[in-house]
Amino acid sequence: MRVLLSIAITAWTSCAFAQGAVAPDLLRSDGEAGKRGGRLVFALHSEPKTLNPVTAVDTPSHEVIGRLTADLIHIDRDTQRTRPALARAWTVSPDGRHYTLELRRGLRFSDGHPFDADDVVFSFQCYLDERNASPQRDLLVVDGKPIVARKLGPYRVAVDLDQPYAAAERLFDSLAMLPRHLLEKAQREGRLAEVWGLGTPPPEIAGLGPFRVKAYTPGDRLILERNPHYWKVDSAGQALPYLDELVFVLVPNEDAQVIRFKAGETDLITRVSAANFSVLEADAAVGRYRLQDLGAGLEYTFLFFNLNDLDKGRLPEIARKQAWFRQRAFRQAVSAALDRQGMVRLVYQGRGTALGTHVTPGNKLWVNAALPRPQRSIPRARALLAEAGFVWKDGRLHDAAGAPVEFTVVTNAANAQRVQMATIAQADLRELGIEAQVVPLENRGLLDRVFKTHDYEAAVMALANGDVDPSGEMNVWVSGSPTHLWALSTSGPLAPWETEIDDLMRRQLVTLDGRERKRQYDRVQELVAENLPLIPLVSPNVLVGAKTALGNFRPAILDPTVLWNADELFWR
Amino acid sequence: MSGRRTTAAGLVLAAVHLAALSAFFLAPYPPTEQNRTLPYAPPTRLRFVDDSGRLHLRPFVYAVAEEEGATGRYREDRRQRFPVRFLVREGGDAGASPEGLRLFGVDEPARIFLLGTDGFGRDQLSRLLHGARISLFAGLLATVLSLTAGWVLGTLAGFYGGWIDTILMRSADLFLALPWLYLLFAVRAVLPLHVSPAQAFLLLVLIIGLVDWARPARLVRGVVISARERPYVLAARGFGAGDLYLIRRHIAPQTLGVLLTQASLLVPQYILAEVTLSFLGLGVAEPVPSWGNMLTALQRYHVMSSYWWMWLPGLALVPVFLAYFALSEALHARVGPASP
Repeated sequence: MRVLLSIAITAWTSCAFAQGAVAPDLLRSDGEAGKRGGRLVFALHSEPKTLNPVTAVDTPSHEVIGRLTADLIHIDRDTQRTRPALARAWTVSPDGRHYTLELRRGLRFSDGHPFDADDVVFSFQCYLDERNASPQRDLLVVDGKPIVARKLGPYRVAVDLDQPYAAAERLFDSLAMLPRHLLEKAQREGRLAEVWGLGTPPPEIAGLGPFRVKAYTPGDRLILERNPHYWKVDSAGQALPYLDELVFVLVPNEDAQVIRFKAGETDLITRVSAANFSVLEADAAVGRYRLQDLGAGLEYTFLFFNLNDLDKGRLPEIARKQAWFRQRAFRQAVSAALDRQGMVRLVYQGRGTALGTHVTPGNKLWVNAALPRPQRSIPRARALLAEAGFVWKDGRLHDAAGAPVEFTVVTNAANAQRVQMATIAQADLRELGIEAQVVPLENRGLLDRVFKTHDYEAAVMALANGDVDPSGEMNVWVSGSPTHLWALSTSGPLAPWETEIDDLMRRQLVTLDGRERKRQYDRVQELVAENLPLIPLVSPNVLVGAKTALGNFRPAILDPTVLWNADELFWR
Repeated sequence: MSGRRTTAAGLVLAAVHLAALSAFFLAPYPPTEQNRTLPYAPPTRLRFVDDSGRLHLRPFVYAVAEEEGATGRYREDRRQRFPVRFLVREGGDAGASPEGLRLFGVDEPARIFLLGTDGFGRDQLSRLLHGARISLFAGLLATVLSLTAGWVLGTLAGFYGGWIDTILMRSADLFLALPWLYLLFAVRAVLPLHVSPAQAFLLLVLIIGLVDWARPARLVRGVVISARERPYVLAARGFGAGDLYLIRRHIAPQTLGVLLTQASLLVPQYILAEVTLSFLGLGVAEPVPSWGNMLTALQRYHVMSSYWWMWLPGLALVPVFLAYFALSEALHARVGPASP
């Protein structure tokens, strides 16, 4: 018996040795070397809906899942460029259609199971499976043809695209690699979309991220702990992450988050409103926390008119007003009348940028710097309207048929900033003799009107791309796309500039020459600024804060703004 | 003692309503005029003594400007004094009364914001005065409406009894039991988007007034039932008096006390209802001021914590309420314990 046991032990150790022989191929981080220990508390505005990377759509879920998992190629939030992650290197064929990825060897999931090419192929299979209805699927299907991932060897994977795709490398970002050993059964049975809820026991969840799930208290907090198998080390060779625990607490509104942060109950805060930022600033002098204004983010707020082709006889009042909305001169006049600087000052306390087009200065790689800054000019607005046949009677603007120009502007009642912007626009338009009514609506009602019934005249909304690359804007600018907000349903022929935008957007998607692509997207911005399918208003700055003692705090304007380098954060 | 209090309450109410009615004259600026360089400017200080220590009999103010690079912090420009002028005439201003006469003002570029400005740089005092017109009169009109409806239905129920009484009183129970706030949100969702301020005001009055007919109706019914059985009413009926005559001559006067007491209780309650509904975005819309929609700014933490003058519309409710309650107590004491 004893002999048997000792043989078993020998076998086990030699086996472990054999596996250990492949020295894990670790990534060395270039951040400041810190010290281990401590916990970090971060507030989420709502509970994550799921921990399943395949089905997650809401921000809180992404915020958590991003810490539990890792991707093959990662977008460095700091430089906005791609860099190696689980793939240590990759090559692209000259035609831009074939990628060969070299995986890091000897890595393990957070439950200790080894990671290899089979997991990669399995992950792609999960994201592409229609039964799982993954939001990532849209990104991985280029022009109707899904991307194909093939195993070339235990640590080599080929990824084939049907046609060249300019931003292909960026597709891999945030595409979490899944553990085949845990999920294969569920995927085979078509139940993958149901796995990894918040109630799932932690041992059944494993990823390649810096943390793993430790405990969850419904409605209160989710605690992550250090993943002992993580694949990054710091410049001194010490295994990352530094933090023992990462705690997500649930704090439903921004004001409450600010109060908690101010009281020291949370360690980080992101996307603070400018007003609350100045409240926090008053106390920052004490030195417990520091605040950072990262400048313009990627979010752009805009006013747009309902340009949908409405069914005959439905909503006749709106159809009548669309005769104004469809005139470029009318939209240009409205745009010229708006006091964007006033919005920046009153709504964002100066922490925002007036926009002339949809790309914000925060997008350093792609913004068209040659476009003029929007200038407010009531005389120009009046000249444009007069030229288009509008007339003034007793100071009120009337169209050529004699009807007074008035419309309603709907916006999200829960977003004080947007309501304020609409109210400023209302006062500006009164100077043109236009009566605009601001109607704050509950968000669901607003989205219903914009997306489904098209029962609105004008709206103030905001969009934010998750990435700087123009490929993410395809669904906004190409006509017929799901986020082509101002004209979701069109039947008539497109205007020449609309056709040109469509064409440019489609071309940039497959243009591999970076400079040519930039020229194409510059032209799109020019066309938007000139024709104003939506009237860009303001982009708010990204405002963040962290406790002073937090090391390696390097916030970025790309999501997740403050937690993207959670593996490097440490307490001094 | 009670008499003195009642007089004081009456005076307060008269003053407040008079001020609201003469808002065009009392308010130094149109309530919707934005000063985009002066958001959340603190109340302007009225001064009598200048920098050199000289005393001026006519109060004066200094112009203020935002400190460089610090939004929301203001500095006085002491180089020039701007004396407060009384009975100033303003030409052709959209919000001014026909004659454009205002009680006081200062020369441009200085501005006089006795109660500070809001986030759009609009004068709080002017908004408070104009807002009072909406808030106070919504309360009054809604009370008239609710009491009329309550009186008619209560009298019908009490006088005729039987199935009329049953139907009316059961529907009164129903009205009292409905979750009104949620229902109102639903109602707002189906209404057309474009509601002009005047329509919104009337709608608000209608909603507040009609929702709450049940309580006065019950009280009136009680009084009517007891009055109906009085010997002189029975006698009048015996002499062949018709229903209408009985109600007009003998029953209605009995209910007057209840109505008056109810009125003095309902007005403040309805003012508060307007404030609540506007606070929740169901009332009069921006830029027209009402005390309720002025208070919505307090939903934001930074406003609540940084600018005390934004609380003033809430503070203004206190004396109005106290006066109404004092009045209702006095009425209650006079007409007897016929009401709760």
